[in-house]
Amino acid sequence: MRVSVVTFPGSNCDHDAYEVFHARGHETSLIWHKDQDLHQPDLVILPGGFSFGDYLRCGALARFSPIVKAVVDFAQNGGLVMGICNGFQILTETGLLPGTLLMNQGLRFVCKHQYLRVETADTPYTQGILPGTVLDIPIAHKEGNFFISPDGLKALQDNDQIVFRYCDAEGDVCEFANPNGALDNIAGIVNKNRNVLGMMPHPERAATDSVVTDDGKQIFAALESYFGCCA
Amino acid sequence: MLKAKIFVQLKPSVLDPQGKAVTNSLHHLGFSGVRETRISKYIEICFETTDRDAVTRDTEKICNTLLANPNTETYHYELEEV
Repeated sequence: MRVSVVTFPGSNCDHDAYEVFHARGHETSLIWHKDQDLHQPDLVILPGGFSFGDYLRCGALARFSPIVKAVVDFAQNGGLVMGICNGFQILTETGLLPGTLLMNQGLRFVCKHQYLRVETADTPYTQGILPGTVLDIPIAHKEGNFFISPDGLKALQDNDQIVFRYCDAEGDVCEFANPNGALDNIAGIVNKNRNVLGMMPHPERAATDSVVTDDGKQIFAALESYFGCCA
Repeated sequence: MLKAKIFVQLKPSVLDPQGKAVTNSLHHLGFSGVRETRISKYIEICFETTDRDAVTRDTEKICNTLLANPNTETYHYELEEV
């Protein structure tokens, strides 16, 4: 699998993502945001961080980086694009994903372990993971409060586009387990074509043996099985 | 020169947790009559030209493409000669 990780000024999870894919044996490149060529990847990662200092709105300025045009073309031609945290915010700002990430309801930056329930296996990112599976994957954000119009929410629900929901350890999706006020406890969604994923939690921070949880590995293993390769 | 004074506001249907926190603080300060607070952004842009039509066109475009997120925000502005 060929993976291109985009670095924006202010990205800070690009190397974490790079390390995970590299360690799993994939041909991985870091691509600077001023480049215009994605180097023919199978998968593009828009990593976490604070691109352009989160000025104006999170992800709003990254949308105008030269590489983003290539990312949009790649996604519109069916290429897999995974936006993590700030990457999710960038994807909503580019219009590749619907909705907006607003400031957390509690107004605080939240950095902690979080349980997520996998809602659908019908994506390249979750295929083979049983819906209802609970993953322990950390979150770290201040603007992760997913918001969308009532019609938009209904479309996400009807089209099975909600991929991850915040839940408790038992997999119960409840208000108590919602860390940021996100509508319908939404932690991650795909586009209608199911090739673009945005998620606030950080699977790349939960995918090596040296950290507390390695549940993120399930997502990377799903991608490998989608592309017919193994780590 | 013309200055565009632009206000970008959250739509009424969107919760404003910052505004809510400020309302709480105002209540603590004794302003019990405060019912609601909404936080907005205020942006000033100075244009070289004095052509109001051209500045109006540019300001609309700037707001639609960058300053406001149509999912959650609305904007309005006024032009001022400087």
